Formats: sequence, structure tokens, C-alpha cells
Amino acid sequence: MIRILSLTLALCATVAGTARAEVAIEIEEVTSPGGITAWLVEDHTIPFTALEIRFEGGTSLDEPDSLGAVNLMTGLLEEGAGEMEAREFQAAREDLGASFSFDVGSDTLSVSARMLTENRAAAVDLLREALVAPRFDPVAIERVRGQVQSILAQDAQNPRRLASRAFYEAAFGDHPYGRPDNGTPESVAALTRADLLAAHEAALTRENVHVGAVGDITPEELGALLDELLGDLPEEGPELPGHVEFGLAGGVEVIDYPTPQSVALFGQPGLEREDEDFFAAYILNHILGGGGFESRLMTELREKRGLTYGISTDLVPLENAEFWIGSVASANDRMATAIEVIRDEWARIAEEGVTQDELDAAQTYLTGEYPLRFDGNGQIAGILVGMQVTGLPQSYVTERNEFIEAVTLEEINRVAAERVDPEALHFVVVGRPEGLDGAQVLQAPRVILPEVVLPEAVPAAR
Amino acid sequence: MLRRLALSVPLMLATPALAMTEAVTTYTLDNGLDVVVIEDHRAPVVTQMLWYRVGSADEPQGASGVAHFLEHLMFKATENMEAGEFSATVAANGGSDNAFTSTDYTAYYQRVAADRLPLMMQMEADRMNNLRLTDEDIETERQVIVEERNQRVESNPGALAREQMTAAQYLNHPYGAPVIGWMHEIEGLGRDEVREVYETYYSPNDAILVVAGDVEPEEVLALAEEHYGPIPAEPELPERIRPQEPPQRAPRHLTYEDARVSQPYLSRGYLAPERDAGDQRAAAALTYLAEILGGSSFTSVLGEELVFERDIALHAGAGYEGKSLDDTTFSLSVVPKPGVTLDAAEAALDEVLAGFLDTGPSEEQMKRIRTKLRASEIYARDSVEGLARRYGAALSQGLTVEDVADWPEILQSVTADEVRDAARALFDPDRSVTLHVVPSREEALK
Repeated sequence: MIRILSLTLALCATVAGTARAEVAIEIEEVTSPGGITAWLVEDHTIPFTALEIRFEGGTSLDEPDSLGAVNLMTGLLEEGAGEMEAREFQAAREDLGASFSFDVGSDTLSVSARMLTENRAAAVDLLREALVAPRFDPVAIERVRGQVQSILAQDAQNPRRLASRAFYEAAFGDHPYGRPDNGTPESVAALTRADLLAAHEAALTRENVHVGAVGDITPEELGALLDELLGDLPEEGPELPGHVEFGLAGGVEVIDYPTPQSVALFGQPGLEREDEDFFAAYILNHILGGGGFESRLMTELREKRGLTYGISTDLVPLENAEFWIGSVASANDRMATAIEVIRDEWARIAEEGVTQDELDAAQTYLTGEYPLRFDGNGQIAGILVGMQVTGLPQSYVTERNEFIEAVTLEEINRVAAERVDPEALHFVVVGRPEGLDGAQVLQAPRVILPEVVLPEAVPAAR
Repeated sequence: MLRRLALSVPLMLATPALAMTEAVTTYTLDNGLDVVVIEDHRAPVVTQMLWYRVGSADEPQGASGVAHFLEHLMFKATENMEAGEFSATVAANGGSDNAFTSTDYTAYYQRVAADRLPLMMQMEADRMNNLRLTDEDIETERQVIVEERNQRVESNPGALAREQMTAAQYLNHPYGAPVIGWMHEIEGLGRDEVREVYETYYSPNDAILVVAGDVEPEEVLALAEEHYGPIPAEPELPERIRPQEPPQRAPRHLTYEDARVSQPYLSRGYLAPERDAGDQRAAAALTYLAEILGGSSFTSVLGEELVFERDIALHAGAGYEGKSLDDTTFSLSVVPKPGVTLDAAEAALDEVLAGFLDTGPSEEQMKRIRTKLRASEIYARDSVEGLARRYGAALSQGLTVEDVADWPEILQSVTADEVRDAARALFDPDRSVTLHVVPSREEALK
């Protein structure tokens, strides 16, 4: 039997004086006959369905002696399954006009699929083979292993990756977040087919799966699809890793690398997603460096001083760690000035807080921008599954803007004083920056962490 | 398949949505402004894009990067707004905005709640005519652009190599210069150069307005009349004629050396015909050719032969983008496995190409690409912003709305013989550039 819990969400609260779009989608919770749940937004406008699947765990499930196993395994999911070797599998997919993509980060393994209505059953059969019965053919293992090794070699020459690896290694030590997601050249070379089978068994389980579906599909059809697609996966997997504190203290590290422009990552401890001050800090981050052209850091570094093409900060709540992180790139002879300005801004917002005008503008932007994200089946499916991974209720899509609007000036400035800590700000600089006296000089780390949680420093094009 | 390589293969764009599957309305104001409205009422959102038919290939010689420089400065002060006020106002209305420059166009866009469209139009129309250029803004922004070039190009060996290759591909056409500009010319740009581009090209008769989303065409047209209608046309808008390529008579071979290169690879470009108004079949055949040769890591000719059968490459691909005002390029790339030299990889590439020229594509290959292109049209309808870009780019690159609408059907009708003939015409060594990218020339010779 298919149980359908229907919840209609149509946001009506409008703030006086501002206009904004409203989230008007209807999310249904669908439970399959076999007991797998998914969130669905039915929309029959275009004859296809977007499916977003997330398995919690990701590369955090790597065993310490087989680093990179989950990543390599993920790369092999599309390299042959069931009766089909890699090329047969891909030809079958292309003949259906379906698209599947597989990706993995430190918290989740993601599967994104688009399927035409006209041949959805066949596309689901094919995707099921990839998830449930990947072949891990030795020849495919060697091919993808070579691709991973090539990526690792490129990462070792990429300033941004070098900075990222050093930052996470120092911040999280032996916790999975401190380890290289893709593994090391040595660990990847040593991975066996048995390691990959074990990684598959651990990383794709029913207890850790979440599904968002949007498009030309009914709840009944989705229910059947879920059992077909995921019903034969193992029920349970290994225990997921636990919480870890952000372990970096204030300071500047420099990794010498011959490049005309230095790259810096900087960060300090952050806030848990469940923290009652999270929304205040989220708005605070937007004002400080949230990626828009109006942020204080963009104004001070780019618009006033021309020190960089882009700077942004992000308040990152990973599954098991919380931190503030930012990134900037600046010519070697100007990086010291960029860092000085960032520190000054960090101190200024902690000491003085923000103005009512800044708070108003940020709240208007953030509440106005949110509904704009809900455009397109693929986008909405991604939002639905992300909410499930984070543990948010369906009602969040209508309540979220109220949480933003409820933050007062007094509250945000208290949070700024309590949580923003210029003394704790830690910089990792890769390049040949001039005039960073007293900086600790490090050897480049051997391996690089993928940029799973890194904010992109660059606004799209301007 | 795992891949993260900075190759010079342009991404294959998905084809436009099926003819008139999306509701498209067009109109031209008396002052020459073209208006395209694309309706999509699924979400209460609108995107306004204003495209100018001026890009880096329209720049005066010696002033490379000036079109992009102007794009940056368009966010500074106008007669009616302070520097930064444009973006701040968009943000204060819960929207986002940005801009981009290419060889053939410069485009500005905002994405907001649908009822904010009038304000967006008012501001966009304002900066078409009322920009205030100050030396101080120009100096600060030059530093930003230098950092942008540092970030995008100087820090990226793949981008530096691509720049050299493009310069060698075009003997005479300005497509040979980078869109962002050569560093020494960026450093020399000033108010006069920027103003010249602004005064000449930022005019309604040189622009295309694309509005896409939850809007009614009549309302958009009325708003366009109100805000853009009063701006006079530029009477001295130059005809868009760039220096064209002479006959190319010699293959070019480049080796780019950069110690930061960890993964040697080779790339080859051929001068290729683009989509022309009313004449898109050759480009459609080349679109198939790129897909069949290198569109899939698994089932394409290069993928099968070099990655699977001969097992000498980590990756092999092909790329072609038919939207271009003048001659475009068709590119091939091979990333050899460790232990395989670039010369050996290039020889293998040439063998595979020669074999393909003999046989042409199979019906099975044709059918697979036909299916892929048809599916991509359906998926493309999911992004109204993507459709807006498609129309804006096409119209600023010499195509008409009809050409965009016809394209999917033309693609569906391409035959195997046309693809084979297109390949035979294309692969003329004299019109090619081959680039080897290596960490060290000495190592590469061993």
C-alpha cells in the first residue's frame, strides 16, 4: 500500500514595502510498498522526471587503510553493471536519452538522474543495475584508477587545492574530514576490488538514503519506482563518524608555490545548524562576505581597493563540524594588504556589529532570493533531498523566511560580539606572498582534499 | 568516469528547445531594439537579459579587453545612480544580477520576482545611456580586472595554453585575442577607449532584450516601450564587419611548457564553419561529428578507440560550438596514459580520424546522437534562463528567432552522409593548430 502524506505549502506572508516571489510548491511524502520514503513535487508540464538521491556517509566511510575507496567506487558505478560492461551500459543509457550522474563528498554520495516519461521504466531498470549490481570489472577499475591518479597529480599543482588540503588537514586531524577524500597516490594504487565491494556495501544502504523527485510522475508510480530502484540495497551500513571540533587557532601559514597570484583560505569556528543563533549568524555572514557584490568584504577589498576579483565567506554546517570559511586570491605583492583588510573587517563587525540598514537589506535579499531557487524540476528535487539530509521538516520551505525576518538588530549584534573572533581567524596562503612577516612557512602537503565544502570565491562573470 | 581536466574543448551546448514548444514572442521597437519574450509560468520569477552586439572581436586593434572592461564599469555610477547602486537595488529587491562578455556579445542580466521587472527595466535602460565614467573608477576596476586575469588565466596553465592556441588558430580575425584582453593592453586602457565602445555600441539598435519567466508578452512589450522606447537609435552604428581569415596554408604545431602542468595532453583545433542565418546544415552536421567522435567517454569513436580498444588514453574528446558570428573552431583532445608520449597519442588520433573519414558514421551512431539531442531539448525546457541565453546569444551572433526555432528539426534530419562529408571538408591539416601541453620540453622529447 502506498501512503501519501500531503502537505500544501503556499507562502502568503509579504513584508510591507518589499515585494518578493513566494514558494508555492506542494510537497508530498511518498512511502513505497517496501517502506522507502521520498519527497515528491508533481509537475506534469514537461515529460520528464528529475530524481535526486543522497546516501549519508560519503567518503567519511573510508577505512583509514583504504583512503579513496568510496571515491573510486563511486566513479565505477557507471562503468558497467549487471550483464553489461561499461560501454554496453552507457550505450543503453544514451539510447534512452537518460542522464545519470554520481558524485561523492565528505558527507554524502549523490545520484542525480533525469528520465524521459516515455521510457522511464527502462531507465529505472538501468539505474537500478548501477546502484545494486555494479560490476567493478578489473579493466574498469584500472581505467578509473588511472583517472583518479591523474586528478590527484593535478591537485598537487593547484594552489586552491593545496590550500584546501592544508586547511582541512590542520582543522580536523584524524577525523575523516581531515583526510583526503580522493585518497593519496599510494592509497589509491593499493586499493583492491575487495575494498571497492566493501565500500559499495557500506556507502549505499537503505537506512541512509533520501530521495527527492520532481516532475511528470504520480505518487503511485514513484512508490513502485523506489522499491524497484533501491529495494535490493542492504538495509544497514557501518556507523557514521561523529562530531569533531574545528581545530585551528588564529594565525597565518604560508605554503610556498610559484604562482603570480596567491590564494588564501581563512576560517574560524562556526555554529551548528540547530544552534538558536544560526539564522542571526547566517545573516551576519551575508553582510560580512556572503558572496554578493554588496558584502563588506567585497566592498572593501574589490570595489574600494581593487585587491581581488572576488572574495566570499560561508558559514558551513557540515554533518559533523561547523566553521566559518572564506577564500580570496590576490597578487603576491598585495596579499598582505588583503589579509590586513580582512582582519580589520572581522574585528570591526565583532566590535561594532551591523547597522539596521544593513540588516534590513540582508533580510530583504535573503527572503527574496529564497523562492527564486525553486525554478525547475532538477533544482527543486535537489532542495527536497537536501532538506531531508539536513533533517528539516517540509514546512521549512514556508517557515524559513520567517526565521530570517525574526532576527533583530540586538540579536545579530550580540551574535557578532559573541561568535565573530578576529583573534581566532586562521589563514592558509598558497603562493609567494610578500610582506607576511611572522607567518609560519609550511611544506606543501602531499595530497589534496576535494573542494566539497569550499565556497567559490568568484562571482559568476562580472 | 572521473575527469577534471582543463582542456580546450568547448562544452557542447544542448540544442534549443523544440520549435515553439516554449511560448516565444518577438517584437522590434521603433528605435531598433529587438525584444524576445519567453513565457514560463511555473515559478513567479523573471529574468531580464540585455544583450549588446559588441564583444571582444569588435574591439579596435591594440585595445583588447575593452569590451569586458566596459562591462565591469557598467556597475559604476550613472547620471541617476551611485556606483554600486544598481546591484544593491537588485539585491534589495531579493534578486541577483551579473554580466558576461564574449567574443561576439556583452550581456547583462537580473533575476527577480516577476513583479520587479519594471524597476529592472528602468535601471537597465538608464545605464544604456547615462553612464558616468571617472578615471578613479577606471583605475580601481583595472586592478580588479588584472586580478581577474591573474585568477582565470595566469594561475591556470591550461588557460595560458589555450590562449596561445587560439592566437595561432586565427591569422587575421580578432577571435585570436583573448576576451579578457592581453595583460599589457589591459594595463593601457583608459577612459577614451572605454567611452568610444560605450558611445558607439550601447544603443537600442545594437541590443536585444530577452525577458523570460512568469510574464505576459503584452505587458513586457508595453514596459519595453516605456523604458527603452525613448532612447534614440545610434545613427552611426558601424556595420559589423571584422577582418576575415585568409586561406590558411600551413599546419601549426605548438608546444606549451609550464612546470605547473601535471598531466600532459594534446589539443587540436580546425577552423570550422558556424551556423549562419538560413544556412545551418553544415553546422548541424558538425554538431553530430563532435558528438560521434568525442561526445561520450564510452561510446564515441575516440573514446572507444583510444581509451578502450588501444588503451593509450585517460580521456579523449571532441567539441564544436556552432553559434559564432564568424568562422568558429572544431576541437579534439587526447590525454594520454602515463608512459604514452604525446607524439604517439597524436599519431593514434590521426589514424582513428583517417579510418573514420573512410567509413563515416554508422546508422547506430547517428540514431544514438539523434536520441540524445531530442532528449536534451526536453530537458532544456526545465531552465527558462538557459532558453533566454540561447536566444540572446543566437540573436547577437547573426541568427534569427526562426533559425533558433528551426535548429532542432534540422538536427533531427542530419544524415550519415552529411556527417562524413562535413568531416572530409573539416579535417584539412592546413587549417589546423596542434598544441602539446607539457611540464618540460626536454622531458617530452625523451
